[in-house]
Amino acid sequence: MTILAFTVFIALGSFVAGFLGALTGLGGGVVIVPLLALVFGVDIRYAIGASLVSVIATSSGAAAAYVREGYSNIRIGMFLEIATTVGAIVGAIIATHITTNAIGIVFGLVLLYSAFLSGRPQPDVPVDATPDRMASALRLNGFYPVGTQMRAYTVHRVPLGFSLMFGAGTLSGLLGIGSGAIKVIAMDQAMRIPFKVSTTTSNFMIGVTAAASAGIYLSRGYVDPGIAMPVMLGVLAGSMLGARVLVKARTKWLRVVFSAVIVMLAFEMLYNGFSGKL
Amino acid sequence: MTHPLLDDHGIEVMIGNLLRAGVMIAATVVACGAVIYLSHYAFAPANFRVFRGEAAALRTLPAIVKGAMHLHGKSIIQFGLLLLIATPIARVMFAVVGFAIERDYLYVALTLIVLGVLLYSLLGSGVA
Repeated sequence: MTILAFTVFIALGSFVAGFLGALTGLGGGVVIVPLLALVFGVDIRYAIGASLVSVIATSSGAAAAYVREGYSNIRIGMFLEIATTVGAIVGAIIATHITTNAIGIVFGLVLLYSAFLSGRPQPDVPVDATPDRMASALRLNGFYPVGTQMRAYTVHRVPLGFSLMFGAGTLSGLLGIGSGAIKVIAMDQAMRIPFKVSTTTSNFMIGVTAAASAGIYLSRGYVDPGIAMPVMLGVLAGSMLGARVLVKARTKWLRVVFSAVIVMLAFEMLYNGFSGKL
Repeated sequence: MTHPLLDDHGIEVMIGNLLRAGVMIAATVVACGAVIYLSHYAFAPANFRVFRGEAAALRTLPAIVKGAMHLHGKSIIQFGLLLLIATPIARVMFAVVGFAIERDYLYVALTLIVLGVLLYSLLGSGVA
């Protein structure tokens, strides 16, 4: 294959991944690495480097839209980023010490878990008014719009959420993904933060988390311009278009299809990892 | 009592727009680099199956800037990617300023920790 054909195919694949990722809320990053590694036969280290860069593009590109809605809580995000950025550095360091096959196996498991999470209904955790001392001291409690009113919410189990965020950051740095699904779990399930606040705050955290390990990947020579260029431009264009049509589209069946694709990629990744083909 | 979310909101919207502008500038630089890169290598065979690691010229900021000045396509793409990596870092810097304006010194301190981790990663890895 010539470089021109390779670039065009990867840009198209990344465009579709970014588009579906934005429509389904699952993020495009999680399918970029398997797409590059399994379909295009790119070395998984180059794939992770390119994916990490595209994750920053979608996170920063969408920030304005999310902020305008008034859901994201910058204090929660900033406080938890201490855990995710340190985790991301740890993940990037682990990545150089384990084999590419081991990375593939961890990746396969994370893919399966993401598909499992997306199939689960997302109940809005009931607002609990009992104050939590740590959350109050850190001024994490906030308000979010419900209809035309602002509703107050309180944040709970701060140490648990912080620990989970460290894990999310480590996976992000190890696998080159945004770990959005795990970040949302930490906030909405562990810390009892309303779902809308969790998802939008997670989006804003993803870019900062990825930036903590992107420099390490770049300096190690894992970021190849020939791969990162079509991935970044494709994912960015796809996710921007996805965010536009999001309002009109019926996403339920799309989520099912996208989850099925993720499960397939997960098994392929596990198979390749265990048989030593990565 | 002041409303914590609404106090942040104006600053946040502005930062969000700046971030999007940053991403657009980075994407434009990457696209320009892509044109030059493809004009040289379009019909060369693609081989990314084997990991070789990038040349030193594509791994550190000074080397990338030098290559970009000479209009090397790959260096220009890499420079655009560095701009992109810088957008979340700029975002954290703006947050420090925002919290300082609000006199929220606890969060000035917490945000400086995040900024410190990011800069440690960039400087420690030898990119910048």
